[in-house]
Amino acid sequence: MANPLYRKHIISIPDFSREELELVVETAGKLKRNPRNDLLQGKLVGSCFFEPSTRTRLSFETAVQRLGGDIIGFADGGNTSAKKGETLADSIKIISSYADAVVMRHPKEGAARLASEFSSVPVINGGDGSNQHPTQTLLDLFTIRETQGTLENLTIAFVGDLKYGRTVHSLTQALSLFGARFYFVAPEQLAMPEYICEELDEKGIEYTLVDSLDDVIPLVDIMYMTRVQRERFDEAEFKKIQGQFVLRADMLKTARTNMKVMHPLPRVDEITVDVDATPHAYYFEQAKNGVYARQALLSLVLNETV
Amino acid sequence: MQYTRTVEALKQGTVIDHIPAGQGVNILRLFKLAETGERITVGLNLSSRHMGAKDIIKVENVALTEEQANELALFAPKATVNVIDNFEVVKKHKLELPESIEGIFACPNSNCISHAEPVKSFFSVRAQSKDVKMKCKYCEKVFSKDIVAVVR
Repeated sequence: MANPLYRKHIISIPDFSREELELVVETAGKLKRNPRNDLLQGKLVGSCFFEPSTRTRLSFETAVQRLGGDIIGFADGGNTSAKKGETLADSIKIISSYADAVVMRHPKEGAARLASEFSSVPVINGGDGSNQHPTQTLLDLFTIRETQGTLENLTIAFVGDLKYGRTVHSLTQALSLFGARFYFVAPEQLAMPEYICEELDEKGIEYTLVDSLDDVIPLVDIMYMTRVQRERFDEAEFKKIQGQFVLRADMLKTARTNMKVMHPLPRVDEITVDVDATPHAYYFEQAKNGVYARQALLSLVLNETV
Repeated sequence: MQYTRTVEALKQGTVIDHIPAGQGVNILRLFKLAETGERITVGLNLSSRHMGAKDIIKVENVALTEEQANELALFAPKATVNVIDNFEVVKKHKLELPESIEGIFACPNSNCISHAEPVKSFFSVRAQSKDVKMKCKYCEKVFSKDIVAVVR
């Protein structure tokens, strides 16, 4: 029987069942332990970045090539017919007639869902505006499982910009399928959106809003840091909250031994450099895991069995 | 007591009554009723015992479908929709919230891809305590119905 993700579009985390998430995470683990260079042999992947990206694009392209596949595509929509006014629907119809799968990033929300309606091959969302970035969530889940040995019943703190951070929203949705307990640590102006809290209420998932980073450090298995963007505040306001959501090595003394610090990167100053040398720092390994998570996804979408 | 009809009786078609005053014109436009080419009578700010003031629309020779009636429920939940044949009411639609609504309202998110592409807007609809929430299929943003169900 074909795996449940075979020939499926990968658009949004809420489309995934718990079993499908587990399948990707397990497959990523297998590929990290036993690298394969044959799973995409003879397959051509279209890499369509209508908006620039560094990590996502390079890790997708690394994933394809390490698995023995080939890549066509572009790294910036400015050089494509989109610039001449072609609709995304038309672009995708054509690109999907060349490739076996299309990986895409686009500045508009909903672009990947729309593309999936016009594509003859699976579309994998590499980020659509401020909406979804499912492969980031998959690599986060893989990293959490790798460091904790399980996804079940973990305690996770999300810190920083919880309002605009799409990675935070999707990861919260995904972890709520595994009975997680959440602490949301954010300035009031960047609090978790109401709709996410309402979803958690409906599912009976416990969460606590906290304004002090120190208080949650001893309580959690995962500390998921995000960047508070200066441009969201006026200068005086930013000065007030700056520093409140910064993690330094000396704050980690009370942390559990299994506690890991994650960050979707790029970091600016919300994690000081001295944290890097502590056994809790895991953000660089997390970024590396992006390649394995994307390898897992591509392999499952393009092969009946892996 | 002498009772005078303020709007002429309809032989055949649909009567949408008990529309909140001020919404009649919106409904007319949203459902493109004028484009049917049929004779339409519109009453605005009529007095109503229950509502104070109401609007009413009568469309000749057009029978509103169940689906269309339910779409009406979004902004005129207390409206009554009666289908008339030979001066008799042959069907009273009971308005229920639709599960989804396609192609009538534009997505309020200006950065949603649905605006510039050859697709119809699509929202899933969900009643939530006192509000009705609408989620765009494309950008996945959730809006209160009062933000979506307006004429632009």
